[in-house]
Parts: sequence; C-alpha cells; structure tokens
Amino acid sequence: MRALAWHGKHNIQVDTVPDPQIINPRDAIIRITATAICGSDLHLYDSVIPGMSNGDVLGHEFMGVVEEVGPRSTLKRGQKVVVPFTISCGSCFFCGKQQYSACDNSNPADKSDASEIAYGYPMAGIYGYSHLTGGYAGGQAEYARVPYSDVGPIVIPDGIEDEKVLFLSDIFPTGWMAAENAGIEPGDTVAIWGCGPVGLFAIKSALLMGAGRVIAIDHHPRRLELAKKNGAEVLNYHEVKVREALTEMTAGIGPDACIDAVGMEAHGFAPDNIIDAVKQETKLGTDRQHVLRETIMACRKGGRVSVPGVYGGIGDKLPIGAFMQKGLTLKTGQTHVQKYLPQLLQMILEGKVDTTDLISHRLPLEQGPEAYRNFHSSQNEWTKVVLKPH
Amino acid sequence: MSEQPLSTDADVASPAFLDQDRVEGEFDAASIRAAMINRPRRELYDFWRDVRNLPLFMENVKSVELLEDDRSSWLVAGPAGSEIELVSEITEDRPGEYIAWRSLEESDIDHEGWIEFRDNPFGRGTEVRVFISYDPPAGALGKVVAKVMQREPRVQARRELRRFKQLMETGEVSTSRAPDAAPRADRHP
Repeated sequence: MRALAWHGKHNIQVDTVPDPQIINPRDAIIRITATAICGSDLHLYDSVIPGMSNGDVLGHEFMGVVEEVGPRSTLKRGQKVVVPFTISCGSCFFCGKQQYSACDNSNPADKSDASEIAYGYPMAGIYGYSHLTGGYAGGQAEYARVPYSDVGPIVIPDGIEDEKVLFLSDIFPTGWMAAENAGIEPGDTVAIWGCGPVGLFAIKSALLMGAGRVIAIDHHPRRLELAKKNGAEVLNYHEVKVREALTEMTAGIGPDACIDAVGMEAHGFAPDNIIDAVKQETKLGTDRQHVLRETIMACRKGGRVSVPGVYGGIGDKLPIGAFMQKGLTLKTGQTHVQKYLPQLLQMILEGKVDTTDLISHRLPLEQGPEAYRNFHSSQNEWTKVVLKPH
Repeated sequence: MSEQPLSTDADVASPAFLDQDRVEGEFDAASIRAAMINRPRRELYDFWRDVRNLPLFMENVKSVELLEDDRSSWLVAGPAGSEIELVSEITEDRPGEYIAWRSLEESDIDHEGWIEFRDNPFGRGTEVRVFISYDPPAGALGKVVAKVMQREPRVQARRELRRFKQLMETGEVSTSRAPDAAPRADRHP
C-alpha cells in the first residue's frame, strides 16, 4: 500500500510499504477513506518529539471502512468507522475510569521503557506518533491495523459525509476536553491561545458549554477570521499586548479560564520564547512554553488553566509563584477520546456543530509531502488538510 | 487455601517498589518488579501455575514441556542465536499466593525465581510481584551480550510482567512489530 512516512526533520515521503495484517484477536483492518494532518504532526515534522525512527508511517486522525476483522472484534466488514487517535484496551484500571489515553496495556512491552523513563510511567499507544507511544503505524496510508477495535472505533450511520465526522478522531474531542478541563461556568470569559484546529474546536465547545465570552488569540488573519465566525472575539498578538488587552477587556478581573491550544512550538518574539527556541533548536532540551507561561499570568485569581497543546520534554521559567498565589487549577492530558465519542457524534448528527468550516485543503494522499510543507510554512492559508487515500 | 494478608502501605518499603538493578539473590543478575493486574488473584495464579502457558507472553521462551507436575523442561533463546535448555523445579507452591522455582543441575544456567499474588486492599485487582535471578550464560561476557540484546533480568522482568498483565487483562499481547503489525517504509534519506 501507499503511505506517508517520516524520514527525518522536514522529510516526509510517500512510500510503498507492506499491507498491515490482523495479528491479535481484537484487531481490525480499516481501508482508509479520509485522514487529516494534525497540528501535532508538525511537531514530528520539526523533529521536536523524541522516539521517531526513519521509515515510520505517520497519521493519527483517520476513518474508513472495515475491511477485515479478528475473531474478537465487534466490528463488521463494510461498516464505516472513525478511529480514536489514542489506543485503549478497555479493560485496565485507567480505561475503567474512562481515562482512555492513560491505558496501561496498549503500548507494547518492548516500547514502554522509553516513556517510563521520560514520564515516570509508560504511556498509552497512539497511532503514528513515535516509538514513545508504541511505534504503531499511522493512518496517513491506504490501510491501517486497529488494535482493540472493539473499544476504539465508533460506527458511523450510513449517508454521513466523511468530512463531517472525521475530526471525531482527535481535534473535536480534544477541543471539547480542553473546554471541559477549563471548568466553564455560565457567563465565564474564556481566553484561548491558538486558532488552529484544536483552538477552533475549543471555541465551539466553550460556547456550547455556556461560556459568556470567548477571546481567541493568534496572529494569522485567516485563522482569526475563522475564530470570529465561530463567535469569538479575537486578539492578534502582533498588534496588541495580549495580557494588557485581556485585563482591559475583563475590566481588571482577567479571564476565568485560559486554554493553551498551542503547545511546545509557540511563535512570537517575547524574550522567554527566543531563549526557549534557541534551546530547542540546539537540543538543549526545553520545550517552548511561552503560551503556557502567558496563560498562567493572564488567568484571573482562582481561575482555571487547560492545556490541550502538546508538550514532550522539560520546561523551565514557569511562573510558579503566580500559579500558587492566584490559586489556579491546571488540567491537561492527551484526550480520552472514547469517553466523548457517542455524545459528540450525536451533536454532529443533530447539526449542533459545524465540523467542516476549518478545512482549507482536500488532497490525494500522494500530495501528502506537499501538504505537510504548506501546513507548516503557510499556516494562514492552510488551516486543515484532509487527505483522501482512496 | 490459606487467607493471605492484604497488601498494606508498609509494603512501600519493600524492594519490589525499587525496580533496582541488583537485589539480594544467590546469582549474579537479579531483578524484582511489581504490577497491578485488574483480574482475580486465583485466575492469575492458575494461569501461571500451568507453566505451559508461559511462552504465550515470555518472548524468549521457545517452549515449555511438563515432565512431572512440579518439573518442566524449558528451551530459551540465548545470546547470539544460542539456545539455553533448563529443567525447572517448583520449590514452593502456595495455591493462589506464591510460586517459587529453581533450575536443576543438568541445566545450562543457574536460575531461580518467585512470583507472589496479593489482593489489592482497595479493589484494584491483584498485586503481582516477580523476582528473577540467574547466572548469565558464559559469565560476565554473557551478561554484556544479554544486556545488549535486552534480555538482562531487569528488562526481562519488566517486559514479561507487562506482557502478562496485557494478556490477563485484555486477552492478547500488544504488538507493533514490523512489518505485519505495523508496516514501515525502508530507511532512506
């Protein structure tokens, strides 16, 4: 089959690779009809996530048609399914608590050592996202092997366009959990850094959860325009000082909740970010966490900080005093996708949320390398890419 | 079956929580490791006690043949494509709680180990602790080779216990082995 493979920093190629096979009883093979490039794939593209290996097949946002099933899969051939990006066994302590992205069993034993060393405990498996999270082949390909297929994939009713449900794989539940982690109360002001796909879904989710006001922050005019269309007020950080603007807009109180939908590769020319960027580039180890610092400083006393943005390594210069003195709550994590799927699918079917307005490009899989290049370097115009392998 | 006391917080000081390179044991290389497994204690004990099940999750064990109830013959993958044969005897067996074993003289390596099963007092399943110890094949060089091949006891105990947990909790052992389980492209610039 054809697949997008990682061959080093800024080097993605379309390769012919072997077809995946059913290995375990609960496996299924999915013929992929739509797959997307995630903002977090750009961290792999930039080679700032450890544990990638030359030849790894990428992609963790995908959906398709069930092609083949193992004897213990509950899926049936021909069903259309969306696959959660986190792989979860459904039977461990964590899955029992619906903390699916903390699954104890989905990361193969021989791959779990690295994340146990890096993070204290081994992480769950994720498709196409380094050997730290299992070394599973991703879904930017014609076919994918889906382990624990009786737990993860959600069956989509007939007659629904792929694009409407594709983002159940990651960014819709991720934006939703980000808003949930922000503990939104009716009438709250929620500030969201980053108007990429996760930020946009966080805006939609925060408003659906009853936020009185959402203020979105970015510097790409087209992304800010999308945020505005979704009901947010917007700040361009090239034009205003974000913290001063937030304080002014909330009459000195500050936002009730702040969401970092940017993560470890923050842009901008604040002094702390320049130092972080140099350290990251020279492999001195630290993540670029300008946005995380700013959310902590900007948040009101007693407020909530939610971090869906991806971080992978070590941070420093965190304003820990502001965090403690103001009594903030911080919540984060990879998304517990399976927990949210039935509810979010229902919202899509009822037309309560527009899940397609962020798509800027639809391309065949063969144009994947070009899509990565442009999604990386022309973020204003390239807001979300959907690839069609079949 | 005797009632075994529940695990308590006092156990936090036990070597099982240290996952250290070297713990007290008769032989050169030894390791101890703990895992919480969300299955009933008796089921885990029964599965392990039937030693013919062990190759299902022990990657280096090629086969186990039962000689008598408490004796079995093992074929294990050793360093550099070698094969190690050993005959193992169960030296202590407390049903539902504890199994200890040791290799007999005719074996290629000296080896001993034990596994302990305890109810978690807070309903999270069974606390399983495993100890393995052996004199590496061909002395010190064997350990270097074994370490390179990730068959050194600490790594082995950690990975085998993870696989045991996966198999018991999910019915299968997670894998991303190329090419069938996880296709990958050839390495090229």
